[in-house]
Amino acid sequence: MPELVLQLTRAGFLALLWIFVLFALRVVRSDIYGAAGLRSLVGGGRSTGRGGRGRAARQLLVTAGALAGTRISLDSRPILIGRADDSTLVLDDDYASTRHARIAPQGDDWYVEDLGSTNGTYLDRAKVTGPTRVPLGVPVRIGKTVIELRS
Amino acid sequence: MSADVVGAPPADGAAPPPPADRSTGRGIELVLLALAAVIVTFALVLVEANQEEELTRALLYVGAAYLGLFAVAHLAVRKFAPHADPLMLPCVALLNGLGLVMIHRLDLAAAERADALGRAAPTLLIQRQVVWTAIGLALFVGVLFLVRNHRTLARYGYTAGFAGLVLLALPGLLPSSISEVNGAKIWLRLGIFSIQPGEFAKIFLIVFFAVFLVQKRELFSDAGRTFLGMELPRARDLAPLLLAWGLSVGVLVLERDLGTSLLFFGIVLVMLYTATGRVSWMVIGLAIFMAGGAVAYQLFGHVRTRVQVWLDPFADFDGSGFQIGQALFGLGTGGIGGTGLGAGRPDLVPYAESDFMLSSLGEELGLVGLSAILVVYLVLITRGLRSALAVRDSFGKLLATGLSFTLALQTFVVIGGASKLIPLTGLTLPFLSYGGSSLVANYALVALLLRVSNAARTPLPHRPAKPAAPIAEAGTELVERPS
Repeated sequence: MPELVLQLTRAGFLALLWIFVLFALRVVRSDIYGAAGLRSLVGGGRSTGRGGRGRAARQLLVTAGALAGTRISLDSRPILIGRADDSTLVLDDDYASTRHARIAPQGDDWYVEDLGSTNGTYLDRAKVTGPTRVPLGVPVRIGKTVIELRS
Repeated sequence: MSADVVGAPPADGAAPPPPADRSTGRGIELVLLALAAVIVTFALVLVEANQEEELTRALLYVGAAYLGLFAVAHLAVRKFAPHADPLMLPCVALLNGLGLVMIHRLDLAAAERADALGRAAPTLLIQRQVVWTAIGLALFVGVLFLVRNHRTLARYGYTAGFAGLVLLALPGLLPSSISEVNGAKIWLRLGIFSIQPGEFAKIFLIVFFAVFLVQKRELFSDAGRTFLGMELPRARDLAPLLLAWGLSVGVLVLERDLGTSLLFFGIVLVMLYTATGRVSWMVIGLAIFMAGGAVAYQLFGHVRTRVQVWLDPFADFDGSGFQIGQALFGLGTGGIGGTGLGAGRPDLVPYAESDFMLSSLGEELGLVGLSAILVVYLVLITRGLRSALAVRDSFGKLLATGLSFTLALQTFVVIGGASKLIPLTGLTLPFLSYGGSSLVANYALVALLLRVSNAARTPLPHRPAKPAAPIAEAGTELVERPS
């Protein structure tokens, strides 16, 4: 094979390898920004008619317990918390019930509701008896797990 | 986790919009698989051209067959795990494809040498490896088909632990005639083919540890006394760790396999650390591992040889240091840009196709190509760990962490060994190296990772929300974070 062709194909192959790598890293990047809520890939979903209103909760963050660090992006669907497999947040906590609590949106606010759990749900220090509004950043305690809403 | 469903609740309180038709990434996966097929075909053409073989249209058919094989895997992912991570399968496909091309290239070199020496042509490794790839992909599809939800695995935790233990211990206990190849008793020779049960054992043991740690997490978090700012565990809670340590030393002694021993103990330590978040477990674990290593160095000749070769491969270049010495020369010959595929002499290193795949690739692709391959590994591993972060149950988190960390540790140990960063161990580079058991087991491992990532990325189930109060009647309220 001529030397020139050899050199060109050699460089071309390495370039092709790196194109694959860069393409993959691009996907990683867009995924990270998408999940962190920094940029929406869906587009337009959140900027419509929301200017000037109070900050809305966009994420549910587990701050303590076995699942600490887990984030769940919030949309209009309620979040079920408990030991049941089909819960949104599945707890493996001896102090949690199968269907422990639900956090659901009402308009722009989120309300936590205890679903008849054995050990109760606490908003900050107060036991939750009926549907109670959850302000941003206030800890909701379920067994050993603590969750917060974040904007 | 749903990556980009961050849309806020509808402002007008009307029925929520239908679940966003967000991209599941399957399109990206297919594009990347096609790109991987182009790269692998290009690599094959370069090898044939540089080895002065005839360039025929058959090469394109080989590339198409490769793409077809992974298209089947892609369709299986599309069917059984539609929300799975889009990057893992293409990364695996590229690594496996480059491995196959390199094995074929070393086959050509071996045939040429046999021809020059007037010996009979050696067996072609590539044929076997292609068969193993097909078996691996079949198992990949099978795992995706059978394990529909990773949480079902949690039910078989203790069964998996038992199976893993048996597979790990079996070669060490069987007579050497069945299990020994080149000094390491890690094989099961079953007539025409042989397997390394340890490769499968690691997956079973990770499943077991994940189940065990979810159930007994509290046990490992109980505080003992504090020492140097670390909370030490109580002495009686050390028993499971010591058991794992004993097992890994047993593997080292009975099977003379440093790699599996290191891998196994590393997995236990990292999963324990992940479950408890306590640094003291790592410190204790590393301390007793080093103690075990020091004793093994004193007692066993094969460990001592490995360490001496690592410290100075050129002291006995024509003997025990030959392999690693040649590998280092190979990497040096490759330099920054490499010699070009098929234009180097990677076949000068003994076992260039398995333990020393790194130096073969390094010689022909150079630092530039080798770093690309390392980044592909990095992407694969970080995507696994990311699934572990995103999945919403403890078992899935521990399982995905264990599986991705296995890939990471194995890659590190092999690359470190072949580049003389750490003593050489007998492991294979996942997906790249020649070796059926490793390839098939790693396909099962990636299938499980995809299963977890599917659970992590599936959008939340849509439940019709109760009609909310009309926004006109609701009071406007400024929400402040309490400080």
